[in-house]
Amino acid sequence: MRGKTLIATGAAGLVALGVGVIAFTSFSGGGAENCATASVGADIGGPFELVNAAGETVTDADVITAPSLVYFGYTYCPDVCPMDAARNAQALDILAERGVEAQGVFISVDPERDTPEVVGDYAAAFGDDIVGLTGSEDQIRAASRAYRTFYSLPEDRSDPYYTVDHSTFTYLVMPETGFATYFNRDTTPEEMADTVACFAGS
Amino acid sequence: MITRTDCAFLAVFLLAAPVSAQQFTAGDITVDQPYAFETAPMARAGGGFLTVVNEGDAPDRLIGVRSELPRTEIHLSSMQDGIARMERVDALDIPAGETVELAPGGYHVMFLGLDGNAFEAGEEIDATLVFETAGEVDVTFTVRARDGMGDGHGSMEDHGEMGEHGAEGMSHDMAPAE
Ligand SMILES: [Cu+2]
Repeated sequence: MRGKTLIATGAAGLVALGVGVIAFTSFSGGGAENCATASVGADIGGPFELVNAAGETVTDADVITAPSLVYFGYTYCPDVCPMDAARNAQALDILAERGVEAQGVFISVDPERDTPEVVGDYAAAFGDDIVGLTGSEDQIRAASRAYRTFYSLPEDRSDPYYTVDHSTFTYLVMPETGFATYFNRDTTPEEMADTVACFAGS
Repeated sequence: MITRTDCAFLAVFLLAAPVSAQQFTAGDITVDQPYAFETAPMARAGGGFLTVVNEGDAPDRLIGVRSELPRTEIHLSSMQDGIARMERVDALDIPAGETVELAPGGYHVMFLGLDGNAFEAGEEIDATLVFETAGEVDVTFTVRARDGMGDGHGSMEDHGEMGEHGAEGMSHDMAPAE
């Protein structure tokens, strides 16, 4: 971690709590309490203010209008981020086929390079049901803290191709009730779609 | 009628036959199936993947990559406690007699400076891999469509290929060279 600025280190606590998924197999009830959830011991999510692809300032209330798969990454990442973004897009495809309304939200942690136009282009490449968001450094830091994600921008960003360390969890956030659960990288599109459908009551 | 001897002869002949368009060879080193994934239209970076086979008795090292892009590097993605890191490495060991895979979530060729020249499925990217002993190998990366990208109706069939080489799954012989 030498030479890097550590930001929003809440992820350490999240990781310490473990990433075990408790799967409830009851099919009798329709309530969200019967949906598979990852165990978390802290408040995750809440209000944020970011900037959309059109350059407009938007809040969580503007963005989270449907069950949302929220991911923090950066567009210069050609390996891990697109794998996760594609997995989330595949889950959304499965949900669309089942008639479950849902969307993806890709939040950049790299505001200098990920302009509204760039993050919008990136999100659109994965589907028109994915919203790309960026913002000022302060806005992104606040959103990352709210979701207890971790990212680390290099102090020296003179190299135009600097890399950013970042956590790779995807958060399911519901319009009324907020954070529902999170997924790690091992979750398949099918498992993700099942969980989203469960929380959506479908 | 094909006798047992003929079969053996045929097998040897096939092994010695010219490599296919997806294989590139220099000395004891064979580079198999180089590919990259399509990128978003405005992407500045793309990842390339391949398999290197060292059929020799001596270790070799991949020490560089060149292409027409402004910068081409050897990178390592790694995952710890859910946090992804990516770093440039100077060299990658290719031990004698072993196969080393550059796969999603681990080692990759990093193409930097696409700048408006996005990778599109079906496109080919020429590059040169530089090995310490075997020397230079000219290769062609074929750009593959990525499931989940595009119109959002891609098949799920290739998911295993993307997913099963998670960063946690790297084999011992892929440790970065000192
Ligand atoms: Cu890279």
